[in-house]
Amino acid sequence: MADLDPNAADRPDGSVYRAVGALTITRAATTQREIETLPDPLTIDLSAIERMDTVGAWLVYRTVRDRGAKVVGASRDEVSLLHQVAEFDAPTRVRPEEAGGFKQGLGEIGGWVAETGRTMVGLVGFFGAVLIGFANVIRRPKRFRLNAVVQRFDVVGVRALGIIGLMSFLIGIVIAQQGSVQLEQFGAEIYTINLIGRITVRELGTLMTAIMVAGRSGSAFAAQIGTMKITEEIDAMRTIGVSPIEALVLPRMLSAIIMMPLLAFWAMLMSLIGGGIFVWLDLGIPLITYVQRLQEVTPITDLWVGLIKAPVFGFIIALSGCFQGMLVQGNSEEVGLRTTTAVVQSIFLVIVLDAVFAVFFSSIGWR
Amino acid sequence: MAQEPIIKIRGLRNSFGEQLVHEGLNLDVRRGEILGVVGGSGTGKSVLMRSVIGLQTPDDGQVEVLGENMLGRNDDEAKNIRRRWGILFQNGALFSTLTVAENVEVPIREYFPFLKPPLLDEIASYKIAMSGLPADAGPKFPSELSGGMRKRAGLARALALDPELLFLDEPTAGLDPIGAAAFDELIASLQKRLDLTVFLITHDLDTLIEICDRVAVLADRKVIAVDTIPNLLALDHPWIQEYFNGPRGRTAALSHQEGAAA
Repeated sequence: MADLDPNAADRPDGSVYRAVGALTITRAATTQREIETLPDPLTIDLSAIERMDTVGAWLVYRTVRDRGAKVVGASRDEVSLLHQVAEFDAPTRVRPEEAGGFKQGLGEIGGWVAETGRTMVGLVGFFGAVLIGFANVIRRPKRFRLNAVVQRFDVVGVRALGIIGLMSFLIGIVIAQQGSVQLEQFGAEIYTINLIGRITVRELGTLMTAIMVAGRSGSAFAAQIGTMKITEEIDAMRTIGVSPIEALVLPRMLSAIIMMPLLAFWAMLMSLIGGGIFVWLDLGIPLITYVQRLQEVTPITDLWVGLIKAPVFGFIIALSGCFQGMLVQGNSEEVGLRTTTAVVQSIFLVIVLDAVFAVFFSSIGWR
Repeated sequence: MAQEPIIKIRGLRNSFGEQLVHEGLNLDVRRGEILGVVGGSGTGKSVLMRSVIGLQTPDDGQVEVLGENMLGRNDDEAKNIRRRWGILFQNGALFSTLTVAENVEVPIREYFPFLKPPLLDEIASYKIAMSGLPADAGPKFPSELSGGMRKRAGLARALALDPELLFLDEPTAGLDPIGAAAFDELIASLQKRLDLTVFLITHDLDTLIEICDRVAVLADRKVIAVDTIPNLLALDHPWIQEYFNGPRGRTAALSHQEGAAA
């Protein structure tokens, strides 16, 4: 509440801002707007205010500082508040400085390249540390933490059975359904069984399991280890003489490596069952015929292809999960960021490796 | 003092499962004082503060802050009171994704969204300077600050809205003696300048002796005494005697006398 009186008698050439009532943060936006509309030279009359807080005082002070305004009618308390505010006039930036435009873009690209390079080198280094850890445990088997490993088996393997089974069952149905629609056009719906058998055993069983394990366990590894990093548990472990690689990383590694083939086999089985049920109900092929046909058209090498890939994928998932977890430092936001990176990185690496495996197995004649 | 207390707690009862933390707890905080709250570990000092600021719903009792009943309020009603207090949590509780200056701006933006950004930045700047932080601390993230600086940044955020009432949970815990003394001084001077009422939980005997007007002692699930330190010393309660007359208490009292004499 202020009287805007540009023609005050005592300053005929200037304007007077008469603040009334409370000059506080509540009215700061209005007060600032009102002061800005008035022309120089400006006099601020504080004689009619009842209350002033530091924000009100700041508004008056900055007007005096920037526009050379005169203050009249301030009580002793208000003058002292104005002095206090003036004392703490130390401009500070709100955000870290950023170079704009092209330069910033270039800087970001450079930073990104350097970061990717560092991550790659770090991943190789971490891989080495894990191998050394394995070697140490093999040389001194007493340091092998059986309990931790068994607990991880439960979390990574047993508890994943339900979701992986259901997912694979549905994928089996989808493959059968989509395949039969296409093959029926040529009267070759019997080949749906070839499709189901070969694609689930050779490729999808393992690949889908790897993606599910990366999402379920790889992310959990990164988040658990990352949180322990923030709460300095890992530092505490190191100072006590417990190697975090042996205590945290190896059990997770081993469980992922051992559980992946088992889960992949389970996923293949469930996909075959799902596909079989669809073939039986929709195409009217009896289950016994389905099983016989599967045996004839799916070479045993397909199973080997699927199962050989599985532990490698498990290793990659655990490696990037634990690695990203160990990279966490600073704040809780980093945990989320690193967890996301772990999942993206492991799924990406799994698919790249899958392509490499596909070329490799074809070239050795396992078609 | 005839004046209505700024915080009034009556018959407070808090329990966690089987464990009873407070029972029949009464406490008044007068306007303009620095009230220290002490008590052994597990006597529920933090729970008491959390009950007052509404983070913990008591089983029973009344809590009035600034003349308003705090219990059973919905969020919108409580907002008007929340605007009038500032809280410094034990570890600062700064938002880790925001810079120090942005942290200070959070409460201002929340309640006054129409302030212009340049003015907002200026307000944040002088709050930061007022808390004794260097100007280059503004654009830093909390993870880049030392423990003492984080507390000062937390204090700057607590002071953002010019509160009448300031809650401090162990402000000097984890600071070195020099930093702790400087922080005590800062709180005392801000209290005078800004006319604050301070509710201070602490274990730091130096803080109690140097800046607290009165001290409330928590024991046996209630406040057993609220008074100035000399008057508390006159009481014949074993815990109070042990607390203030133990080796650490004596040293703190001694250094206070020397300081006053010099």
